Amino acid sequence: MDITLQHYLAVGAMLFTIGVFGIFVNRKNVIIILMSVELILLAVNINFVAFSAYLNDVQGQIMAMFVLTVAAAEAAIGLAILVTFFRNRGDIAVDDASVMKG
Amino acid sequence: MDLALLVTLGVFAPLLGAVIVGLNGRRLGDLVSKSITTGLLFFSCAVAWIVFSQWTWGGLEAFTVELFPFINVGDFQSVWSIRIDALSAVMLVVVTSVSSLVHLYSWGYMAEDPDKPRFFAYLSLFTFAMLALVTAADFMQLFFGWEGVGLASYLLIGFWYKKSTASAAAIKAFVVNRVGDFGFALSILTVFWMFGTIQFAELFPMIAAKAGTGWVFLGHTWSALDLAGALLFVGAMGKSAQFFLHTWLPDAMEGPTPVSALIHAATMVTAGVYMVCLLSPIYEYAPVASAIIALTGAVTALFAATVGLAQNDIKRVIAYSTCSQLGYMFFAAGVGAYQAAMFHLFTHAFFKALLFLGAGSVIHGMHHEQDMRKMGGLWKLLPVTYAVMTIGTIAITGLGIPGVGGLAGFYSKDSIIESAFASFTNGHSAMGLFAFFVGILAAGLTAYYSWRLVFMTFHNKPVWKDAHHDDHAHDAAVHADHATHADDHAHDDHAHDDHAHHGPLKPHESPLVMLVPLLLLAVGAIAAGFVFAPWFIGDYEHDFWRGAIFVSEANHVLHDSHYVPLWVKWSPLILTLIGSFAAFWLYVTKEGMARRMADRGGIVHGFLYNKWYFDELYDVVFVKGARAVGDLFWKVGDVKIIDGGGPNGMAWLSRKLAGGLSRFQSGYVYFYAFVMLLGLAGFLAFAIYTWGA
Repeated sequence: MDITLQHYLAVGAMLFTIGVFGIFVNRKNVIIILMSVELILLAVNINFVAFSAYLNDVQGQIMAMFVLTVAAAEAAIGLAILVTFFRNRGDIAVDDASVMKG
Repeated sequence: MDLALLVTLGVFAPLLGAVIVGLNGRRLGDLVSKSITTGLLFFSCAVAWIVFSQWTWGGLEAFTVELFPFINVGDFQSVWSIRIDALSAVMLVVVTSVSSLVHLYSWGYMAEDPDKPRFFAYLSLFTFAMLALVTAADFMQLFFGWEGVGLASYLLIGFWYKKSTASAAAIKAFVVNRVGDFGFALSILTVFWMFGTIQFAELFPMIAAKAGTGWVFLGHTWSALDLAGALLFVGAMGKSAQFFLHTWLPDAMEGPTPVSALIHAATMVTAGVYMVCLLSPIYEYAPVASAIIALTGAVTALFAATVGLAQNDIKRVIAYSTCSQLGYMFFAAGVGAYQAAMFHLFTHAFFKALLFLGAGSVIHGMHHEQDMRKMGGLWKLLPVTYAVMTIGTIAITGLGIPGVGGLAGFYSKDSIIESAFASFTNGHSAMGLFAFFVGILAAGLTAYYSWRLVFMTFHNKPVWKDAHHDDHAHDAAVHADHATHADDHAHDDHAHDDHAHHGPLKPHESPLVMLVPLLLLAVGAIAAGFVFAPWFIGDYEHDFWRGAIFVSEANHVLHDSHYVPLWVKWSPLILTLIGSFAAFWLYVTKEGMARRMADRGGIVHGFLYNKWYFDELYDVVFVKGARAVGDLFWKVGDVKIIDGGGPNGMAWLSRKLAGGLSRFQSGYVYFYAFVMLLGLAGFLAFAIYTWGA
């Protein structure tokens, strides 16, 4: 069975959906939100690479490299914020982080 | 001296006294203050008697001194004037005589009061306002005097302002009078609207032409003159304490007794009668208004007489007696016998001032005791007071033999009663017969309560001695009674008060300065009737009034009153004798029986003792009613509807909306993410839909 573009797009869409649901169905852990963001970025990357291969255009793969870089930086900053957050609140549960409540 | 100038000085002398003493009383000292006001009043009195004697015997013509413009607004022209005619001459004599004697009497009665200058300034101020009222030549000055006497009455009733009952009584008098004054003000407007003038001299000749004029209002044609007359009478009702607006008069007895004698017996309360007689040109063409006056007067005469039967406060009995006698005057005016009304006003001023000042002498002698149940047997200790009070009582009961003569009240009261009967027989007034029967019935009641006062006060066993035996026995109840009693009179500042409450009570005769006015008034009470009867109501009546009282062609009431049947002439005397003997039997022969009857209570006694429950009725209807209306507007109208629908409602609504909206700001990251996702999905759907189409 050939693995076609549609398969890659389907995997990307699934990963994206899992990532999105991971963000707002999760009520416990901020780290899981970060991981979900990584999953979304991964889904985007898969789409970029799949289209790059499909269209024989290297720009998509370059774009994927940028995304990876941004994702790494984002993970580093996110984890740094998390550490500070944990120091301040002694907890990283999402349910407790509602200072902005109206 | 020129009479016009003399009269002007006479009218303004009391004002001068009031201003000098009122503004500088503390610097001048008591003696100077008293001398200035009393001296000026005696000057006024002399002027008044000159005018009156000139009028009666000297052939003086009516004249008006125009002093200065008072209020000029377009056609509404009021000139401050001094109008001298028969009516004002009579009133000048009454007002200044009683006022000067009351001034003199107050030297003794108020001897221990610390505020003498204030008291005398108020008395003089009152006298000036009353003189301005009686000499007015237009409605505006009449109204000025009307309000001026109201103000002075307020100040004097509340003279002992530290006593809360006195302050309350002063406010009550003022407020009840506002009701009457509102009617009076409306009537002035009515007259001005109809005639375009408020000057009596211009107004009176125009009235006959307007007699039939009617106004259509609410689908009914109202006689304009009847309307004006009825509204004027509302003013008179307030000032003269007639039925429905009488409640202030008995409470006004909280003031010092000389005030009661001057204002609430002889002068101010008769202002209403004076006004009705002065405006006889209107009332002669206003039969409905006249009938209302006759009816109200008769009801008042009967009502006040019945209430007077059951009162125990010596001053209140006389106050109700005044109210009743004013009723007599009004129904006399109402049936068309204005002369008889004025005559009764004249004689009543003497004997009622005498009774009040005599009561004041008793109160003074009893160390400010006013309850007649605590008196008795005083005739030996206060012989002069007893003698003059007896004269006053005979005068007010109208004891006298028809055809022969009697004291003052006999001539005037019998004239009123006979006029009422005559107005019925000659068909002049529909109320004549009713007024006649009320008149003779009230005459009997008058005799009863007047003699009851004398018997309870001066005869019988001296109750005040017993009270002090109890005191020695350390009767707790008596002590408590005395404690409250001391409170009541805490501000009388009577030097003898202390010894009155801590030692045996020793009633004493009043000083000479109080007895002289009493004796002079007693002379008036004896002589005013037979000396002046021919001038006021008798053969010289026409020459005396000389047009001051207008009597229409059809009005023969006064003339016919001299030719009533014999039984009509004798009936008041018979009723008076019955009343007198009833009082004698109940209070002297069967001493203590009336007391036991009163103690047993009973519906009738309670009804009379509580003044037909008028105060309670007014409390429920007006005080509580006004409160209920106020509560309705406050709690429902303002709080619920205006505040509830307006500011508070809007605030509540925005709070609810904001509360609802603020729930979107949950603060949870996943919630924001979810909303963003939904938004994104929405935008995407919209974009795809748009592009696809």
